[in-house]
Amino acid sequence: MRTHALSNGPSNALAMAGLVVVSLAVLMATVSNARAVDIQEVTSPGGIKAWLVEDDTADLVSMSFSFRGGSALDPIGKEGLADLVASTLDEGAGDVDSESFRRRLEDQSISISFSNGRDNFSGSFKSLNRYLDEGIDLLSLALNSPRFDEEPFERVRGQILIGLSRDKTNPNAQGGKALFKTLFDNHTYSRPAGGTEESVKAITRDDLRQFVAENLTRDRLYVGVVGKITAEALAPLLDKAFASLPESGKPFEIPAVENIAGGELIVLDQDIPQSVALFAQPGIDRDDPDFYAAYVMTHILGGGGFSSRLTEEVREKRGLAYSTYSYLAGYDAADLLIGGVSTRNDAIATSLDVIREVWTNMATEGATAEEVNDAKTYLTGSYPLRFTTTSQIARTLAAIQYQGLGIDYIDQRNSFIEAVTLEDVNRLAKTLLDPDALTVVIVGKPEGVTPTGPAPVTGG
Amino acid sequence: MILKLHRLIFAAVAFLFVGSPAIAGIFNPETATLDNGMKVIVIPKHSAPVVTHMVWYKVGSVDEPQGKSGIAHFLEHLMFKGTPKYPNGQFSEIVARNGGQENAFTSLDYTGYFQSIAKDRLDLVMELESDRMRNLIIEEAETETERNVVLEERRTRTDNSPGSRLREQAMASFYMNHPYGRPIIGWEHEIRDITVEDLKAFYDTWYAPNNATLVIAGDVTLAEVLPLAEKYYGVIVARPLPEPVKWIEPTRLVSQTVELRDANVREPSWSKRYRAPSHIYDKSEHAYPLEVLSEILSGGSTSILYSALVVDQKVASSAGAWYWGDGRGPGSFGLYVAPAPGQSLDTASEAMEAEIERLITEGVSEDDVARAIIRLQDSAEFAKDSFSGIARIFGSAITSGQTIDDIEQWPERIGAVTVDQVNEALRLVLDTDIAMVNRLLPLESAEVEEPANPEEKS
Repeated sequence: MRTHALSNGPSNALAMAGLVVVSLAVLMATVSNARAVDIQEVTSPGGIKAWLVEDDTADLVSMSFSFRGGSALDPIGKEGLADLVASTLDEGAGDVDSESFRRRLEDQSISISFSNGRDNFSGSFKSLNRYLDEGIDLLSLALNSPRFDEEPFERVRGQILIGLSRDKTNPNAQGGKALFKTLFDNHTYSRPAGGTEESVKAITRDDLRQFVAENLTRDRLYVGVVGKITAEALAPLLDKAFASLPESGKPFEIPAVENIAGGELIVLDQDIPQSVALFAQPGIDRDDPDFYAAYVMTHILGGGGFSSRLTEEVREKRGLAYSTYSYLAGYDAADLLIGGVSTRNDAIATSLDVIREVWTNMATEGATAEEVNDAKTYLTGSYPLRFTTTSQIARTLAAIQYQGLGIDYIDQRNSFIEAVTLEDVNRLAKTLLDPDALTVVIVGKPEGVTPTGPAPVTGG
Repeated sequence: MILKLHRLIFAAVAFLFVGSPAIAGIFNPETATLDNGMKVIVIPKHSAPVVTHMVWYKVGSVDEPQGKSGIAHFLEHLMFKGTPKYPNGQFSEIVARNGGQENAFTSLDYTGYFQSIAKDRLDLVMELESDRMRNLIIEEAETETERNVVLEERRTRTDNSPGSRLREQAMASFYMNHPYGRPIIGWEHEIRDITVEDLKAFYDTWYAPNNATLVIAGDVTLAEVLPLAEKYYGVIVARPLPEPVKWIEPTRLVSQTVELRDANVREPSWSKRYRAPSHIYDKSEHAYPLEVLSEILSGGSTSILYSALVVDQKVASSAGAWYWGDGRGPGSFGLYVAPAPGQSLDTASEAMEAEIERLITEGVSEDDVARAIIRLQDSAEFAKDSFSGIARIFGSAITSGQTIDDIEQWPERIGAVTVDQVNEALRLVLDTDIAMVNRLLPLESAEVEEPANPEEKS
């Protein structure tokens, strides 16, 4: 799933101990900016563009690439198509069958993998330099002439079906599907990206071929490369991998979401001791002038890095949860502010009450100057930590291009955050945060909550 | 405060030895020992102006007093609460305000604390970390609130997940005597009973410089770090540590099957766990061959088990093996399989057993060993790519009784493994009926409902 390169996902929601806001001026030095990452724009003879960062720490090359267009394009009734393509693209290509293909990858420690989000289809490649030519050959084969033979197709589909069946008792998986179904009603985003057992069974090998032909095209491609390689050496490899792809694909447009359902409370009944709750309300567009104010505000509300208000109120003061968080999730046709909390069944209602109070309080009273300052020094100071592995940097390079942020974005990004003022944050909080707009999905046996309607049918 | 449950440990071990050490001279660690006995390991890596600073204590759940399971992990949570100098959770505030990310983890054999931060803030985190090595305040009210957090963590990790509950119960049976059988997070009733005094005593016993290893990976050198290490950590007085208990597992005479049927299980799975030597326990000469064996059986989709059970026989949707030999105590070797759609658990597990029988008889081939060795050695180069990954490799190895040479020479030692050694280790570990089978199953009465799903078609 694509989120903004900036979003604070739950994965970096660090579990912190208590926060008492005491100023320590001595230690409040301004955090130095990231050393500028030196990005070269490489254009191959065949016209493929990529951003390159040279890094000779290890004798390897990481590449990340992304095509615009993902599971939102799955045909009705064939949900899970993009996902199935992602899982079978490395299962044989050209005159190399699945077994030989995988063996050539594994014997040379070359990793090629694909994944899909709602809005894009991505790949990642990593190889030691001594196998690089062979790695690019295999990548080129996979992208340009995947076989989708019956054996790997049925095998992988079987694995996906088992996974979908397992998901039926996975509270996070079920909760996520129900949340999107509820929020987006009949929009394409309401459909499960991984499909349902029924829809996955309906997919044919021709569907896979059609998806590749229509969507893996040069005009939708963004490439980031990091490692021990020069621009001169990279250019021909880019051509080998991507230049033979069709220039353009089938045009598409994902209609903007007009209405995000607010105020719903859905309960999915499952016999587990701890209720898993996910909640969301409308977020903010990446291009909105207030995006960075929202980013800082969301960090104060429930971001990782230090005790957010959610963590402070739910975890530190009351011991109601191990983890609670919020983050901005941006999609091409909708924007969300998503959060989550897990609490024992007889106290989940209290957790949700506390969270609504945090929401209300931030909207009405706003943040303090110190909170805004601390959030800004954290967000700017921790930015270099995102540039510590080649694959991580390659992903960031591809994402920045995808989002149209410009090659100087990494250098400028901290100044956008530094420009956010307390007034910006509080004005934004007032207009954005709406506890009544929160739609909540709870999976478990929650006590003391009243659903607003029946659980949606999401398949599975 | 993350907690590494057993599965995560295996993942970490896979990283340690599949995704890790290096051809000699690759990591080039610089080391020193402070006068108080604290070890210092610096692994320079200059690709970004950041450092990962870690302090590893050689104390894990194995060191807990009987009846106090979970205390090592509980204490790890409380380490973020405060000291006289930095009370009330200021530690985390200060780290965050300086752009640092931090966390901690508790394992069977060790407890670790880390911060990743801009290199010019290293001084700061060293001051903070050294302060809480000696000056932690453990206070009643905070402990009570944190106890509830730990109980919620237990629900998230274990109680809500049938697979985790089965694993917890299985481990308790697999180890007859060794405290590896205790859950790291602790049994619920014991978490509830741990007192402030228990926690203070545990802290005072184990949190000492002579029981700690400082590991820093990043844009620094030992020459830069050592004066800071001496200034902050070097002034803490060493204390006598308890004599480590030499836990020995008695000879196991019985095979065992543990089975959990649960309404929240939709797809069955099977695993089998064997005793095995580790790098420092029992017949440790088999440890490197067992690492190679695990790679041959389970390293990728062209491995023996995936090829046989998933691709060729089509009875399984997943199949593989693991080897864990990196702890202070006994090792284990495991097999796992989950059936393909329409196949029964018995069909899949019998196919696994048959494949193992075949391997015991025929052995693996010279070519299998050669391919696995190349992949394992290649992984050493990939390991240089991550700051925190490098620091973890060193920290976990040192606190589990291995040495820097064990890490630096790992590629050569793997490269020296022969097919005869692999087959000897294979037969030593797997050619026995004495093992534990885990079966995770849906309720017997469960019928899989396929809801008609008209909305999906609209």
